[in-house]
Amino acid sequence: MMLPTEWIHNFLYASMPEGLAHAVELVLIAVGFLMFFAAAGLYLVLLERWIAAWIQLRRGPNRVGPWGIFQTIADALKLVTKELTGTDKADKFLYNLAPYFPIVAALITISVFAYSQSLHAFDINIGIFFITAVSSIGVIGILLAGWSSNNKYALIGAMRSGVMVVSYELSVGLSLLTMVLMTGSLQLSEIIEVQRTGGWLIVQGHIPAIIAFMIYMIAGTAETNRTPFDLVEAESELGAGYHTEYSGMKFAYFFLAEFINMFIIASIAVTVFFGGWLSPFGITDEIFWLQPVWFLAKVLVIIVLMMLFRWTFPRLRIDQILTLEWKYLLPLNLINLVLMAIIVLLGWTINF
Amino acid sequence: MSYFGDIVRGIGSLLNGMKVTSKYLFFAPKEIITQYYPENRDTLKMFDRFRGEVIMPHDAENMHRCTGCQSCEIVCPNGSIEIIWDRVVNEETGKKVKIIDKHIYHLSMCTMCGLCIQACPTEAIIWGQNFENAVTDRTQLTKVLNKPGSKVHPDVKE
Repeated sequence: MMLPTEWIHNFLYASMPEGLAHAVELVLIAVGFLMFFAAAGLYLVLLERWIAAWIQLRRGPNRVGPWGIFQTIADALKLVTKELTGTDKADKFLYNLAPYFPIVAALITISVFAYSQSLHAFDINIGIFFITAVSSIGVIGILLAGWSSNNKYALIGAMRSGVMVVSYELSVGLSLLTMVLMTGSLQLSEIIEVQRTGGWLIVQGHIPAIIAFMIYMIAGTAETNRTPFDLVEAESELGAGYHTEYSGMKFAYFFLAEFINMFIIASIAVTVFFGGWLSPFGITDEIFWLQPVWFLAKVLVIIVLMMLFRWTFPRLRIDQILTLEWKYLLPLNLINLVLMAIIVLLGWTINF
Repeated sequence: MSYFGDIVRGIGSLLNGMKVTSKYLFFAPKEIITQYYPENRDTLKMFDRFRGEVIMPHDAENMHRCTGCQSCEIVCPNGSIEIIWDRVVNEETGKKVKIIDKHIYHLSMCTMCGLCIQACPTEAIIWGQNFENAVTDRTQLTKVLNKPGSKVHPDVKE
């Protein structure tokens, strides 16, 4: 059976010279990802607003379109038409450059995920490493925005972001490393292949895998600067934090990047812990169009969990955030890594 | 060993919080407290304790219960109430009694504290349920609460 991606590939290479076909393919993939990026960003904002409303017993967006489904599109149109204000004392070059870092880093990162067996744009052999490396470029944008705005709130917010990302990157990396011990590969397609034969990694690795998943979710939420860890833009203390001086579409870039980062964190969790595009017990693994559906459904569950975190937990102070990371998550993570190594070495993993 | 105890207790309390919010998220849409306001204007009923504005109810014979004792005027901290009163001779008893000419209520100065309603000895003024108080001219906020030609109810003793 021919997959649609193969069909497009063959069609392009048959109808035009090889170099041009390759270029057209790259452009098509980039456009596809950009469209997915915009749609996912906008609809995650809408989902967040609905979930916030339902938890607080409100109705949520309901004016623009049925159940307010066009609300965020209307918001984005408003932001596009707004004036881009700036400050006189800002470092103009860095100030204008900063919004592109988070959005470009997020875009590069979503391109390496395996959405299905064939829908995999860039299957690099250091997949997990690449994702953790590139996704932390986003924080450069936040630091640049805070520094170049020439505003004390923006600067403090950006520096806090730097502190947090430096701390929590460690936990994200170590908890992913714990899982990599079981797969023996950093390549995303390999990781999914291991789970196709032996069950999802969170089942295979039982206790240390569950601990790693909990640590990953805490650190991942901190990475996205979302509410239990939202010191970066603490409204009560810092105005809007690093994007205080931004307006219009430049602000929207930061805002969308936050939601895409949430999607990325959830996608990594799904790929590494919950079998990526695999269905539970392999019931529909062979139906290629159900693979992305399974992937996105799992991602959605993780995202709803993160939104539940946001609307449930109280915020942490900066010292509490650093205590949580350096005194609790990091030591536990290191112990967990050793535990996982022992379990893998002795072959105590659960294999179907 | 309070280190691990703290972790377990912390996770327990976080899960407890998530139990509450997820119960609201998944099972409580029928208890939604906000309303589709302009659409349900005809059927919207405010709750009993809502403080919209001070009103003076009149019965079918155009009688109110205000004796003109001025308790509300004295007790109002903002001076929102102003009573223009008079004395007339009661035909049955031959005594002079106080009656109100105009009970003037400045909604623009009212903070809805409710002291006038607590102070009223005859329950002549109560809370109204109207909440759409926006008008285009400030003078419309000065209201005369007693209707023209209204009389005090004969049951009300001073």
